[in-house]
Amino acid sequence: MNALAIALRTLLREWKSGELGVLVLAITVAVAALTGVGFLVDRIGIAVDNQAGEVLAADLVLESAQPIDDRAIVEAQGRGLRVARKTGLLSVVFNGDASQLSAVRAVSSAYPLRGKVMVSNEPFGAPTLATGIPGRGEVWPESRLAAAIGATIGSELSIGASKFRVSHILISRPDQGATFVELAPAVLMNDEDIAGTQLIQPGSRLTRSQLFAGPRDEIKSFSEWIKTHKKESERLLDVDETAPQIKSAIDRSGRFLSLASLVAVLLCAIAVAMAARRYVQRHLDSVALMKTLGATRAFTLTVSLTQLIFVGIIAAIFGSMLGFGAQAWLVVALKGLLKGDLPPPGLAPLGIGFLTAIAVLGGFALPPLLQLSRTPALRVLRRDVGPPAPLVVLAFGPAVLAIAFLIYYVLRDVTFFLAFVGGLAAFVVVVAGAGWLLVKLTKRLRGGVGVSWRYGLANLGRRRTESVVQLTAFAHGIMMLLLLAVVRNDLLNDWKRSLPADTPNFFFINIPPDQHQDFTRFLEERGAERARALPMVRARMTHINGKPVDELKFATPRGKEFATRDQNITWADKLGRDNEITEGRWFTPEDTGKPLVSVSTEYMKELNLKLGDTLQFDIAGDIRTASVSSVRKVKWDSFQPNFFLMFAPGLLEGSQGTWMTATHLDATNPKTISELVRRFPSVSVFNVDDLLRQVRSVIDKALAAVQSVFLFTLLAGLVVLIAAVQASREERRYESAMLRTLGANRSTVLKGLLAEFAALGVLSGILAAAGASVAGVYVARRVLQIPYTPDPWVWIYGLAGGGLLVCFAGWLATRSVVNQPPVLTLRGA
Amino acid sequence: MNLMSVLKAENLTKKVTSPEGMLTIVNDVSLDIAAAESVAIVGASGAGKSTLLALLAGLDEPTSGRITLAGADLTALDEDGRARLRAERVGFVFQSFHLVPSLTAIENVMLPLELAGRRDARATALETLTRVGLEHRTGHYPRQLSGGEQQRVAIARAFVTRPAVLFADEPTGNLDTHTGERIVSLLFDLNAQSHTTLVLVTHDRTVAARCGRVLQMDSGALK
Repeated sequence: MNALAIALRTLLREWKSGELGVLVLAITVAVAALTGVGFLVDRIGIAVDNQAGEVLAADLVLESAQPIDDRAIVEAQGRGLRVARKTGLLSVVFNGDASQLSAVRAVSSAYPLRGKVMVSNEPFGAPTLATGIPGRGEVWPESRLAAAIGATIGSELSIGASKFRVSHILISRPDQGATFVELAPAVLMNDEDIAGTQLIQPGSRLTRSQLFAGPRDEIKSFSEWIKTHKKESERLLDVDETAPQIKSAIDRSGRFLSLASLVAVLLCAIAVAMAARRYVQRHLDSVALMKTLGATRAFTLTVSLTQLIFVGIIAAIFGSMLGFGAQAWLVVALKGLLKGDLPPPGLAPLGIGFLTAIAVLGGFALPPLLQLSRTPALRVLRRDVGPPAPLVVLAFGPAVLAIAFLIYYVLRDVTFFLAFVGGLAAFVVVVAGAGWLLVKLTKRLRGGVGVSWRYGLANLGRRRTESVVQLTAFAHGIMMLLLLAVVRNDLLNDWKRSLPADTPNFFFINIPPDQHQDFTRFLEERGAERARALPMVRARMTHINGKPVDELKFATPRGKEFATRDQNITWADKLGRDNEITEGRWFTPEDTGKPLVSVSTEYMKELNLKLGDTLQFDIAGDIRTASVSSVRKVKWDSFQPNFFLMFAPGLLEGSQGTWMTATHLDATNPKTISELVRRFPSVSVFNVDDLLRQVRSVIDKALAAVQSVFLFTLLAGLVVLIAAVQASREERRYESAMLRTLGANRSTVLKGLLAEFAALGVLSGILAAAGASVAGVYVARRVLQIPYTPDPWVWIYGLAGGGLLVCFAGWLATRSVVNQPPVLTLRGA
Repeated sequence: MNLMSVLKAENLTKKVTSPEGMLTIVNDVSLDIAAAESVAIVGASGAGKSTLLALLAGLDEPTSGRITLAGADLTALDEDGRARLRAERVGFVFQSFHLVPSLTAIENVMLPLELAGRRDARATALETLTRVGLEHRTGHYPRQLSGGEQQRVAIARAFVTRPAVLFADEPTGNLDTHTGERIVSLLFDLNAQSHTTLVLVTHDRTVAARCGRVLQMDSGALK
């Protein structure tokens, strides 16, 4: 009879007898946790991306002053992406005699690819969702424009050579205010009408945008394609570039979700490792017996491998179904939290869950199985004979490889990967070492405690290797969950701080220098919190360290752009809170009038500058040279005016320039703004409320994502840990039966077991809290780039949570052992 | 070599390292057992009985010496080779029964047949279980059987392949006197019917007395 047939037959028998239950349970739970988190991360990731895409009304935009090649559109359509066209130009719009310079936006029928256009029947009226785009011969003027020229529904507006009927008033469109260039109020028209206006002439200034949207992966690969195929004059815009606030929210939530996936992977590994150990322990005797009855090593190995593969497949199927169900349930349960419709999950997490289960099973279960097959037949006569000690490389090599592969797969970043694996390895060593010591210590402790505790602690000390293995497993599981909790707190706090209620929603530029004090007084009198007002001068860089920038070579196109473009520079004596000096020092009063400049980190990197380098500028014909005295890290997502280049005060005061400032104003009081515009007619006003709203909405979504995934991972983690405890109950079975035979009553035995678990839990909790505190600093500062706040609660959670959790899991696992008549256990042994 | 010899040991020695240094557990043992013979190995605890049994059955390797079992040189075979030989020619009965807990009585008996690739495993197993009087308990798991019943299943399993040699290690050690006697009777009856060679380790004098030959072991050597 071949090994496969007998393997299947014994598998069936073992299944019937319940022997494989724990292994199947552990792997099922692990796969469920992994795929559940995977599905959720996938769906929420897509939702956050879509939300972010609203800033552009698309996922990707190709922009050019020239007509855009059809090639890109054909390619995009070939890849199944949706496309739309948008042409923007400035033109005066007439309503009879009234006129206003407006931003004409001609859009094709698929617009917007992301987000919604809202319209109303009157300026500033209640918004309703627009269906489609303006029909031929129709326009939708923005409220501001309609109010300015007195247009209402049905008015006839002249734009260029054509006349249009107003069919709706435009309240909002997704891609307004993504950049601050949209000064003029907008009017939306049908793309097919633009030619008729005859506004498009050779030399006319216009922006043609090609919009693309589609599934994430497709967009990603299409973006790569377009980068290599686009013309120099074409510019590719994505959300990252358009709204740095959204980019950082997405990046951080993405990294947090990756971390959650990693936690799920590691929990999965712990569960499988524990279950595999148990499987091996339980099968030592059978393998020895099979060999005695004439089975070869290859035969026993085939039998256990076949069993394992089948168990793996069954558990993976159940697990992925469970994971899918769990996340679907969670999405329904959190409906209020996850606003809007979540896209359906992709199938990728299923494959990943499966692969992970197999990788983890291979890594963690294969070595013990190989060992199992080496159990000598002699064990049937001498129970103390086990398999020979394995080579360390063979025992841990595959597990380490599997885990390393999975971690890399999730992180895809060499630096983080090395840090993570290094940290994890260090934690294993520390925990195992500390566990060894602590277990030793419990031996001393047990003199002063009651009989149950003495029995429990004695168990820990006697089964030292087992105890250390369990301790390592629990400590890792709890540590990962605590770490997730710590960084989640920091992330949430940082997000709450990042856009407080008084974040500036109005930007004012072109404030004449002689009016800037009047202007700020005006704002302050109306209760506005004034943000910093900064002077602004146009300048062009001419030399770096005496060499003309035209002759210099730059590593990146961005560097070249930084060096050669016209730029806004400023000067100040105070440093904003969203700026941090990373090198050199900020200007002191003694520096006033000295030729010094503080440069942002981006400039330093792209232009390859260092402290002390000299930069020469042409400021409206005035040549100035300054040396780099400090490097600033700027939080560009703070909604405050910020500059790449800041000069020392007292140097450029004579230059022709204007001032800018930002403030928070109650947008519901338009009077203030109207009054302001009348008193300071030259000042340009930008309202970024819509952008702020969009950013907040993305952050809210990311927040909800982090919360729900955290919750889910936590639950999954608890279940996995319970399964791990379940796997270790066999070792306690025999002893508790013995004790009861010797006359101990059930409660003494149960208390003893609980004491053992409590000690294990508390020890793991302490180690886990220590590990999470250390790892939290790195993950917060380096991975998520947010400030880290030490959280004393970690220790409380670790200690109490670890103790209670492991105790509870232990009680669940051993309850039946204690309730079973001892004779059954002893006979079965 | 005796034509009738089925198990032969020549100058068998087994040494192990222990914290106290090298220990000699089996010391220069030679023996020759003929087909259908029944031999008891007796001696005090720690005399080396079980180790000798393990060596003779090919469960363990001697430090030096030679064993011939059913015409094959055991000491020249590797572990898998010895396993194949056991599958064809050897049966075992143990003190602690060693039934597979996840298999029913009949499945336990079928196991060696299945390992040997026999197609009639179930029928043969049922027949053998009937011979030990357990035809009504075939579907029971070991934990549902009494000690005596478990040992009868083990005996059925040992005889089911019609082995040339049957090794029994303290077969009554875990049983009460009455059950033990019935088990021993069963063992000897089956042995007589199947013309199997029986090698039995025991410290029960009455059990030993039923064997054709008794080998006394002391400090690793045969007396």
